[in-house]
Amino acid sequence: MAHPLEVRIISRRFGLPNSASIDTFLAHQGYEALRKALKMTPEAIIEEMKKSALRGRGGAGFPAGLKWGFVPRQSPRPRYVVCNADEGEPGTCKDRPLMEYDPHQLIEGILIAGLAVDSHQGFIYIRGEYRYLIDIMDRAIEEARGRGFLGKNILGSGFDFELATHTGAGSYECGEESALLESLEGKRGVPRIRPPFPAVAGLYQCPTVLNNVETYAAVPAIILNGGDWYHKLGTPKNGGTRLFALSGHVSRPGVYELPLGMPLRQMIYEVGGGIRGGRQLKAVIPGGSSTPVLTPEHLDVPMDFDSVAKAGSFLGSGGVIVMDEDTCMVKVALRLTEFYQHESCGWCLPCREGTLWLRKLLARFHAGAGVNADIGRAGELAENMLGHTFCPLGDAAAMPVISIVKQFRHEFEQHLNGRCPFEAKGARA
Amino acid sequence: MRFSAQLEARFERFLARYPQRRSALIPMLLYAQDEVGWLSPEVIAEIAGRLDLSVVEVESVISYYSMLRRRPAGKYHIQVCTNISCMLREAEPLFEHAREKLGIEPGEITEDGLFSLEEVECLGACSWAPAVQVNYDFHHEMTPEKLGALVDRLREKRP
Ligand SMILES: Cc1cc2nc3c(=O)[nH]c(=O)nc-3n(C[C@H](O)[C@H](O)[C@H](O)COP(=O)(O)O)c2cc1C
Ligand code: FES
Repeated sequence: MAHPLEVRIISRRFGLPNSASIDTFLAHQGYEALRKALKMTPEAIIEEMKKSALRGRGGAGFPAGLKWGFVPRQSPRPRYVVCNADEGEPGTCKDRPLMEYDPHQLIEGILIAGLAVDSHQGFIYIRGEYRYLIDIMDRAIEEARGRGFLGKNILGSGFDFELATHTGAGSYECGEESALLESLEGKRGVPRIRPPFPAVAGLYQCPTVLNNVETYAAVPAIILNGGDWYHKLGTPKNGGTRLFALSGHVSRPGVYELPLGMPLRQMIYEVGGGIRGGRQLKAVIPGGSSTPVLTPEHLDVPMDFDSVAKAGSFLGSGGVIVMDEDTCMVKVALRLTEFYQHESCGWCLPCREGTLWLRKLLARFHAGAGVNADIGRAGELAENMLGHTFCPLGDAAAMPVISIVKQFRHEFEQHLNGRCPFEAKGARA
Repeated sequence: MRFSAQLEARFERFLARYPQRRSALIPMLLYAQDEVGWLSPEVIAEIAGRLDLSVVEVESVISYYSMLRRRPAGKYHIQVCTNISCMLREAEPLFEHAREKLGIEPGEITEDGLFSLEEVECLGACSWAPAVQVNYDFHHEMTPEKLGALVDRLREKRP
C-alpha cells in the first residue's frame, strides 16, 4: 500500500512475495553491496557513509559515518557492532517492518559496518515483546550463514563475521545506548557515565559501533548507489529518506518512507489523509514522545533534523503523533509523564523524583483539583530535570511537558473550574 | 531442576553465543519463564547456579525488567497499550472493556487460570493503534468487539 509520495529505498522490497527470504533478497540486489564493500578499504566505506549524510535514525540524529570513524582500529581488543532494535519510544514502530519484511537488508548493513571498523562479531538487541521478530531474524541469520554471507571467510574474502540476536525483557531505558550495553552484559539497564563513549569503550569495555536498525538498513543502498546519490534524496546535511510512523488522529496512520525535508503539512494532509473526521489539527509531536510539541503554525516546517530543531523540537525517531482539536493537552502531558516515571531507572534523583512529583501534580490537575500556581510548578519541575541527569531520559520527560505548558497554558487554566473541559464533551483523550 | 530438551538446547546456544557467560542471563530467564510460566525460586536458583551468580544478583536483575515475573500469570496474558498513540485511538475504553469482560483487575488472574490482564507501555504498534498483545501475539486496530471475540475464542480453545 505504497503512497505515491513515498520514495522507497529501504522499504523497496516490502510487499514482494516472501520478502523476508534470502532468495527474494538475492533476486533484488541482495548482498551486492556486501560484495562491493568487500573490495573497498574501510576508509573508503566510511568516506562514502560521510558523503551520504546519513544521520542516526534512533533519535539523536548523529552522523553515522562520523561515528564509525571514531572507532579506533589499532586497538588490541575486539571490536563489536551492536544494532539497537529496542524500539521503545512511544509513537515509533518503523524498525518492526524493516525486520519483518527485509531482515537480510539489516544483516547486510551490519556486515558492512563490521567491515568498516574491522569487527568480527555483531549483536542485534531486540525488545522482548518482538519475539516473532527475533524468530525472523534468527532464521535469516541461519540462511545467511548457510549461503556463506556470515561465518568464516565470507564469500572467500578472508573476512569473518558472526551475528546473533539478543532479547530484551521489557525496559524503555534499555534503548538508551549505554543502558543497552549494560543489559547486553546481563545487568540492570542503568546507563553509564560518558565519556568514554561506546566507540571507545562499549560492549565489554571494547570499541563498539552502535546504531539503530533503520540506520544499518540504509547502508547497502548507500554503498551500491553512492553517498552523493543518497544525500541528494534529502536536504543538505540531512541525507536520504526515512520511515516516518504517522499515528494518532490522522485518517491514514501508517509507516511511510519519505524524503527528509518533506513539509509537515504534506505529510499530515496528503500522506496521512488529513485529520480524521475532518476535524482541526491541534498539535503534533514530530519525533517520538520525547520531542516538544509543534502546533499548526509549524505546518510548513520541512521534516529534516535541522529544520525541526530550528522550529524548537526534534526529528527524533520519526514518530509523528498527530492530535486533533478535541485532545486534552493536560492529559497528554500526564500520560507521557506516567510513562517516563514508570521507565526511569531511578539512578538520577532529578529524574526519579521529578517524574514522580510531576505525575502526581498533573494527575491532580487533570482531575480538576489543581490551583493556578500548579501551572508554573509543572514547568519548574520539568525544568529541574532538564540537563541534570546522566542519560537523556530526564530531558525526554521534561521537554514535551515544558512545551505543552508553554504553548497550551490556556488549557491548563480551563481545568481550574474543577473538571477537565474535554471529558465533558465525551472525548476521553 | 531440568528444563525441556528444547530449552536446554536453546540455553546451550545462548551460552556459546557470548564472549562472557553472564550475557546469557536475561535471555535464559525470559525463555525459562515462557516454559515454566513464571520465575519461581527454583528457576531463579537454577539459572543463578548455572551462571555462577548469586540469587540476590539475579533477583536484582529480574526486578528491573517489566516482562520478568516473579508470580504466575494467566495462560493468556492480555496486555493493552494505553500509551499516547493508542490513547488517542480510544485505548482507555478498550482497557475498561477488557477489565469488565474478564472480571479482573490488572495483576489478577481469572479463576480458571486462563487470563491475566496488564496495562502496558508502547508496544511498537503505534500506527496500528490501539494495540493489544496476548502473550507474544500482536492484535492491531483493536475495538471492544474484537477484543471480546478474541477472549471468547481463546476460552473455547480450552482442552
Ligand atoms: C531513554 C532513551 C531511549 C532510547 N531508545 C532507543 C531505541 O529504542 N532505539 C534506538 O535506536 N535508539 C534509542 N535511543 C537512542 C540511543 O541512545 C542511540 O542514540 C541510538 O541507538 C544510536 O543509533 P543511531 O545513531 O543510529 O540513531 C534512546 C535514547 C534514550 C535516551
Ligand atoms: S503507543 Fe501503543 S503501541 Fe505505541
